[in-house]
Order: sequence, then structure tokens, then C-alpha cells
Amino acid sequence: MSAHAQVHGVEDHHDDHGHHHKETFITKYIFSQDHKMISKQYLITGLFMGVIGILMSLLFRLQLAWPDHKFTIFEIFLGKWGTDGVMDPSVYLALVTIHGTIMVFFVLTAGLSGTFSNLLIPLQIGARDMASGFLNMVSYWLFFLSSVVMLFSLFVEAGPASAGWTIYPPLSALPQSIPGSGAGMTLWLTSIAIFIASSLLGSLNYIVTVINMRTKGMSMTRLPLTIWAFFVTAIIGVVSFPVLFSAALMLIMDRSFGTSFFLSDIYIAGEVLHHQGGSPVLFEHLFWFLGHPEVYIVILPAMGIVSEVMATNSRKPIFGYRAMVASILAIAFLSTIVWGHHMFISGMNPFLGSVFTFTTLLIAIPSAVKAFNWITTLWKGNLQMNTAMLFSIAFVSTFITGGLTGIILGDSALDINVHDTYFVVAHFHLVMGISALYGLLAGVYHWFPKMFEGRMMSKKLGYIHFWVTSIGAYGIFFPMHFVGMAGLPRRYYSNTAFPYFDDLADINVVMTIFAIITISVQVVFLYNFFHSIFYGKKGPKNPWNATTLEWTAEVKHIHGNWDGPIPHVYRWAYDYSKLNKDETDYVIAGQDFIPQNVPLQDNEDELDH
Amino acid sequence: MTAFLVVLVIILFGISVWQMSRIFQLAQGKPSVNSEIASDKDNNTQGYLMMGFLAFIYILTILTFWLWGDVLLPDSGSEHGAKIDNLMLISMVIIFLVGILTQWLLHYFAFIYRGNKAKRATFYADNDKLEFIWTIIPVIVLAGLIIYGLFTWTDIMNVDKDDDPLIVELYAQQFNWKARYGGNDNTLGEANVRLIEGVNQLGVDPADPNAQDDKIVTELHLPVGRKVLFKMRSQDVLHSAYMPHFRAQMNCVPGMITQFAFTPTITTAEMRQNDKIVDKVARINEIRKNKSVALTAAGEEPLETYEFDYILLCNKICGISHYNMQMKIVVESEEDYKAWLAEQPTLGEQLKSK
Repeated sequence: MSAHAQVHGVEDHHDDHGHHHKETFITKYIFSQDHKMISKQYLITGLFMGVIGILMSLLFRLQLAWPDHKFTIFEIFLGKWGTDGVMDPSVYLALVTIHGTIMVFFVLTAGLSGTFSNLLIPLQIGARDMASGFLNMVSYWLFFLSSVVMLFSLFVEAGPASAGWTIYPPLSALPQSIPGSGAGMTLWLTSIAIFIASSLLGSLNYIVTVINMRTKGMSMTRLPLTIWAFFVTAIIGVVSFPVLFSAALMLIMDRSFGTSFFLSDIYIAGEVLHHQGGSPVLFEHLFWFLGHPEVYIVILPAMGIVSEVMATNSRKPIFGYRAMVASILAIAFLSTIVWGHHMFISGMNPFLGSVFTFTTLLIAIPSAVKAFNWITTLWKGNLQMNTAMLFSIAFVSTFITGGLTGIILGDSALDINVHDTYFVVAHFHLVMGISALYGLLAGVYHWFPKMFEGRMMSKKLGYIHFWVTSIGAYGIFFPMHFVGMAGLPRRYYSNTAFPYFDDLADINVVMTIFAIITISVQVVFLYNFFHSIFYGKKGPKNPWNATTLEWTAEVKHIHGNWDGPIPHVYRWAYDYSKLNKDETDYVIAGQDFIPQNVPLQDNEDELDH
Repeated sequence: MTAFLVVLVIILFGISVWQMSRIFQLAQGKPSVNSEIASDKDNNTQGYLMMGFLAFIYILTILTFWLWGDVLLPDSGSEHGAKIDNLMLISMVIIFLVGILTQWLLHYFAFIYRGNKAKRATFYADNDKLEFIWTIIPVIVLAGLIIYGLFTWTDIMNVDKDDDPLIVELYAQQFNWKARYGGNDNTLGEANVRLIEGVNQLGVDPADPNAQDDKIVTELHLPVGRKVLFKMRSQDVLHSAYMPHFRAQMNCVPGMITQFAFTPTITTAEMRQNDKIVDKVARINEIRKNKSVALTAAGEEPLETYEFDYILLCNKICGISHYNMQMKIVVESEEDYKAWLAEQPTLGEQLKSK
């Protein structure tokens, strides 16, 4: 479906830089090598996966709120696992597993980083396309293939993978232990292996493009923060994704070829298995060596987008550009040495726990700097409350709220009692789930005109979408902290199997009602998105009066982005509301921004940022 | 209660939608040149809504504490738990202060600096002093938390063998728990899953002299005031032994023995008198009574009255019945504990009677 995103007003592009091949429907919409089309493919595939992932959460939220109630909707969607409207415990675990997998990898990694890295890297650095359009195309199609495999796994006989998105062995390795660890898990591992290949090809391409293809004058210190974020995200991906690949590979071998990397001393289903000498803790190390950087792979692009959208709509430079870059680098570095905080009580040596507590709480420092810098960016601004701006402000809010509880979880002593409870679920949904989604939505609203040839999304629908979503998100996840602090473990099909947690039923009902409202309002977004693709009002070339280069490119999508020569860059990306030397007016009279391709004017001071 | 909350949420939602639709109606003045870009009017309404949202966050916080503050865990039943709770309290106070302050700044700035064509933003690109301040403050606060946290952690995790702790094995399998006491010698016999056979369900080595007096039980009894060192094993997949009332948790990993130690300080009987627990049990029994009415109407047995007991829960996804893998824990006086233990058969006896 992704390929049909845009079918209006198509004419053969006019080409003035040497290519004279004719584009067919297939090369333009399906196997396109143009970064703008690939970006749209990523976005629409990501949204499609997001719809599935979020609907899954709706199903298990219904189960959690009303465990005794029979829902026809379960029978419709879950078939034999929802007979008579009662959800089977195994499919509950499958739903949380696939929800996590889809949201983390398919929506927030590929859908967010894939979409905006592809769209913005060439356009904002002043390049005609990615370093390798072909690899870029292969990257998308591998992502598409991995999505297909993941969705296909939902339909296998014994059910999809259901060992949690972290797929810890031995549960994920032994089909005897849970039905989903049969063909479902094989497909899960296959899908993720393909996904990793896709991610690596994409990331290498982004890195090479940023390093080699910046236009004249675009020094690294003049890059918009979006590009810094995408660039560093790609580096983290290249460093950590191969480690997950090795873990997946060893798990496949344990499952299919009788090796014992992660298995030892197991008695299950009445027999002793031959496995000896492996360790599940090894898998946990390998998994989280990716798994933790992964949350920064998810959040850094959102941070980049928010910084850019916030500066533009505040009509002010981003506060502390160098500190923002430094904190991105610091977060990236620290993100690779904190994975052990997921494993304080895994049985690893307690001394390691001390080390990881230290590094983990260190990462709060650059995060705090970023939060304060965003707030200061708003200070004395002239805030243009476009939908993207609202989502950026809300991003800072949820990032702070979710980030603060990280101080508790990152502290090994405190983690003992909240580990794997709903407290963790509340924490990471706010700090990376909701925040990153806000970043994604801010990006969609902000760059929609760039993606769809000048058409704009309806702001009215955008406002409704924003307010209901932001109220709903807090309504779901704030009360969830209480459930965790009450000691309720996550991934429980029902907490009414024994009486102790009976009094949490109210909170679960409230959370589910907020979830239903929040999920429903996403329909408004989807309608706004797809309707605006075809019928959205055409805006000006540079609707938000932004300084960055993408708004100097042609509104109509042409191969090579700029009809004429590539623009040169003379200044950083944040000359908003800069005054002339006499401070009588803006540098360009009557215009509160100076695009990056405007040379230094006589009436302005050159500032060292 | 539930119905009340549902109605409350629906009413609040309805009001917000109504208010919003009013705002949008008001906002529909004369059409601007391009209506999809925020106008000054939009900036104004959205700015006010930002303040409304700030109020929403604060009210939500207060309301949730008021409604659900009493579902939180009661005082810790273990010695080290008090330290964890103290650290938790300090961290929570810091978090709330920072959260309240930063959310206020964020939303207040969004409101007060809402855009207007007549206004001009201040070109303010950086300030090294400010940035230094908000780098160094988190550094100091976090350093304090790290140091306090690490001392607490080391204290909890390092088990001093001189304490002569009671040795208890926690044995996890899909989907139940067993406990093995070392018996008179307080030493566990060697065990391996390869030795599982018949009644010897934990794979204890019958040839090991230490194993003869081991006692395997399905209900965990602990003497109050004595340190217990748990040795944890799993026979199939990862499990996690989670004892929330004792602020204790450790994963059970097939192929290795993990450990966690704590000293229970409050007996089950005492905990049942705890105000929080009394309230909680009353609430739970109220819910159960209502359920029982429905059950008897349908011709089924009513639910029994619930009484508080400490529990051991599985807290690592372990399969279909993960949600129902638990064991009762009884903390009692040394005498009661000894009397109970004396009634349990030793492994040697069990193997012989086979």
C-alpha cells in the first residue's frame, strides 16, 4: 500500500542534471531510489505497522481492565484464541510481545529514523540524494520484507512469538515451554535478522551521506540538530545492531542445531535436555548491548526533530547549540555502556551492578541539559502554536516525566523492588514510547508540506488530535506508576488470579478508558494525514518560515531536489529574529529569519555559536 | 467506585471536547490567507490551553495520590527494606520537585510567550554560565543519589557468612515454587536436574550426606529476626523470585545458582495488624463480597474472605501461567517456625518410603 501514497498530479519530472532515463510507475513509486519517495514508503509502512501495534495494545488493555468480561472483539480478532470472547493466556503474551516488537523496531526505529533521515539528510545538507540510492532502496525493501515476515508470523498454527519482546532464552528457545516459541519464534528471529540488515544498510548510507555530501559551506557545526541526531543515531545503530544479530544467530543455533550458547541444565516436559554450559545471562548481555542503545536510537531522532521544530516555531535560535550537540554525543557514548541496568537482578555480579548504576545516572546529566535548553529556547520566544510545535512542547513534558523515574530505575538498590513491575512499563512508555511518538508526529506535521509537494495538514484536526492524545497519554501512564509501586509484575494475563491485587481493578479500568479515547483519536490523525495527501491546502514554499535548506528546494518533487545549482551555506541553521547592528529591525528588514543560503549581510555581526 | 470513575472520566472528557469545540468556533474569525498555519488567534487559544494542561498535570497528580495512594506497598517487612524505602522517598521528593518546577516552566513559557505578530522574539543563542549551572546541579544531586544508592546496594547484596544465615533454596519451575531447607546441618545437598527422578523432584543428589536431612516444602516459613540466605535455582526457563513486601527480588536462572539475603522483621500476624494492610484487606473483601453476590445469584459458591499473607511472585515472563505462579510466605516466631519445620518430612525419609 505504501507505494500508492501519492498518485496525484504526476508528470514526468524535468531533469536538468544529466539523467535522461524514463521513469516508469515501478521505478517511481515502488522500487524508487529517490530518498523522498523512500522516506514516504518508510513513513506509511511505519504507520501501518503502528496501527497494528496500537490495536494490539487495545486488545490487551481490554483484557486487563475487565478480565471477567467476554468481548466479541476478541473472537473476531483472535479467532481460536478468543473463543466465546475469552482471551487465551497464551495470546495475551503474544500480543504484548508483538506490540513491543512492532512499536520499538518497526514504528519507532524504522518509521521514525527511517522516514526523517531519508527525507531530511539530503535536503538539509544540500545534497541531491543519498550517497547510494540503490542501497537506500534495498534498505527499505528489506524493512518491508521483515514487516511482512513479522505479520505473517501472526498467522502460524501455534501462534506468534510470545516470550516478551526481549525474547530471553530458554523460554524463547524451547517450544515445549510456550507455544509461541515454535514456528512463531523462528519467524520473529528471521524478521529481526532481515530488519537488522535493513537498518545497517540505511545507517551506513546516512553516515556516508552526512560526512561526504554536505554542500559548500555546510560545516559540521552548521548542521541543523536534526542532522546531528540522525547522524549519531546511525552510528549507534552500526555499533549495536550487529550485536543483536549475533545474539539472534546464536539463539537460532540453540533452537535448531542443538548448540548450548544460552542453555544449560534444563528439565522440561518430563525430560532432561542435553544442553550444558550455556548461560541465559550471556543472552541478556548481548540483547541489551543493542537493547539499551536502541532506546536512544528511538529517542535521538525525536530530540533532533523537536529541537528543530521548537526553534523554528519559537522564532528563536535553539538555546546552546554546542551543548545540544555535545549532549547528543555524550548520550550516544554513554548509551553503549549502561546496558547492565536492565540486569541488576539477573544474577550477574553485584559489583557490575554498581558500575552500571554509576554510568546510568551519568546519562541523566546530558539529558537534563537538553531539557533545560529546550525550556530556555521557549523563553522570550514568539511561539507559533502550530501542531508540530505543540507536539514538541509535549515531548519535553513527557520526556521529563518519564526521564525522572529513570533515576529510580537506574539506581540498583531501588530497582530491586520495581524491576519488571508496571513502574517500568510506565517509565519507558512515557520516556521513549510516547515521547518518540510525539517526535514522529511533530515531524509529520512539520514536514508534511515537504513530503507531499506543498500540501498541508489541517491544523484544526491537528489541534484536536494533539490535545486528546496528550491528555490521554498522561491518563494512561501516570496512574500506571501506582500499579507498579503496589508491586504488580508486568506481563500478567490477569492480576485477579489471587486476591492480593484485587483493589487495583479501578486503576486498570481508568487506564483502559484513557487508552480507548487516545487510540480512537488517532483516527482523526490518520484521516487528516491521508485526506491531506490528496486534498490538503497548498501552502507557501516555506510555510513555517524556517531557515534550513529543505525549504529552498523545489516544492514539486524532482530527482535531485534543486532545479538549479545546489545552494551554498553561509550561516548556521538558527538565525531566527536576529537583529541588525543598530538593533532597529531584523537583519533582513521585516523578515524574522535568515535562511542558511543567504550570505552574511553588511548590517549584521558574525557570531560564533 | 469503578462506575464513579468511569463516569468521572467520561464527563471530564466530554467537557474538554465541548470546551475545545467552543474554542475552535471562537477561533473561526475571518479566514486568514492560509488557514493551516497558526494565526495569532490560534497562538492565543493554544497558549491558554497550555496553562490548562499544566493544571491538568497537577490535578492528575493530586487526584491519583488521593484516589490510589493507599494501594502502594506497606512498610517493608525486612531489615534492608527500610533503607530502600528511605532512598526511594528521597528520590521521589527530588523527582517531584524537579518535575513540578520544570513542567511549570515549560507550560508557563509556552503560555506567556505565545506568538503575536506585534511581538519580537529575543535572539538568545547561548549562555555558558547558565548551562554550567544546570550541568553542575544535576551532577551534584546525582552524585549524592549514586553514593547513597551504591552504599545501600552493596550493603544488601554482600552477604556476610559470619551472620550464620538460614539457608533456603528457592526452586522455580513452570508454574510453581518449591523451597528446600538445609535441615539440621543448615547445608543444602548437591543437586542437578539430571538427578530428577520420581519423588526426588528437585534433583537432589541422594548420595550426598548433606542431602539426607533436607526438607522440601511448598509453603515458605521464615523465622522473624534471622537472616535468610536464599539460593535460587530454576529447572526450565528464567523465573524471578519477587517478594514485594520484603523489597527482595532475584532472577532464577537455569544452569546457575543465584542468591539474595534478607532479614524478616515483621511477622505475618503483625503485618495483618498494619493499618495499611487492614484497609487494603477490607477493600479487597468488599470487592469479593460484591463478586460473591453475583456468584451466588448464578448458583455458584461465594468467595472466601481474604486474609493477608506475604507472597512470593514470579516476575519474569515464564510461560502461559506466569500470572499465577506464586507461593505463600509465613513469617513467624522462632518457636512456631521450628515446630512447623519439625513436622515436615526429610528428603531421606521421602526417598526411603518410595
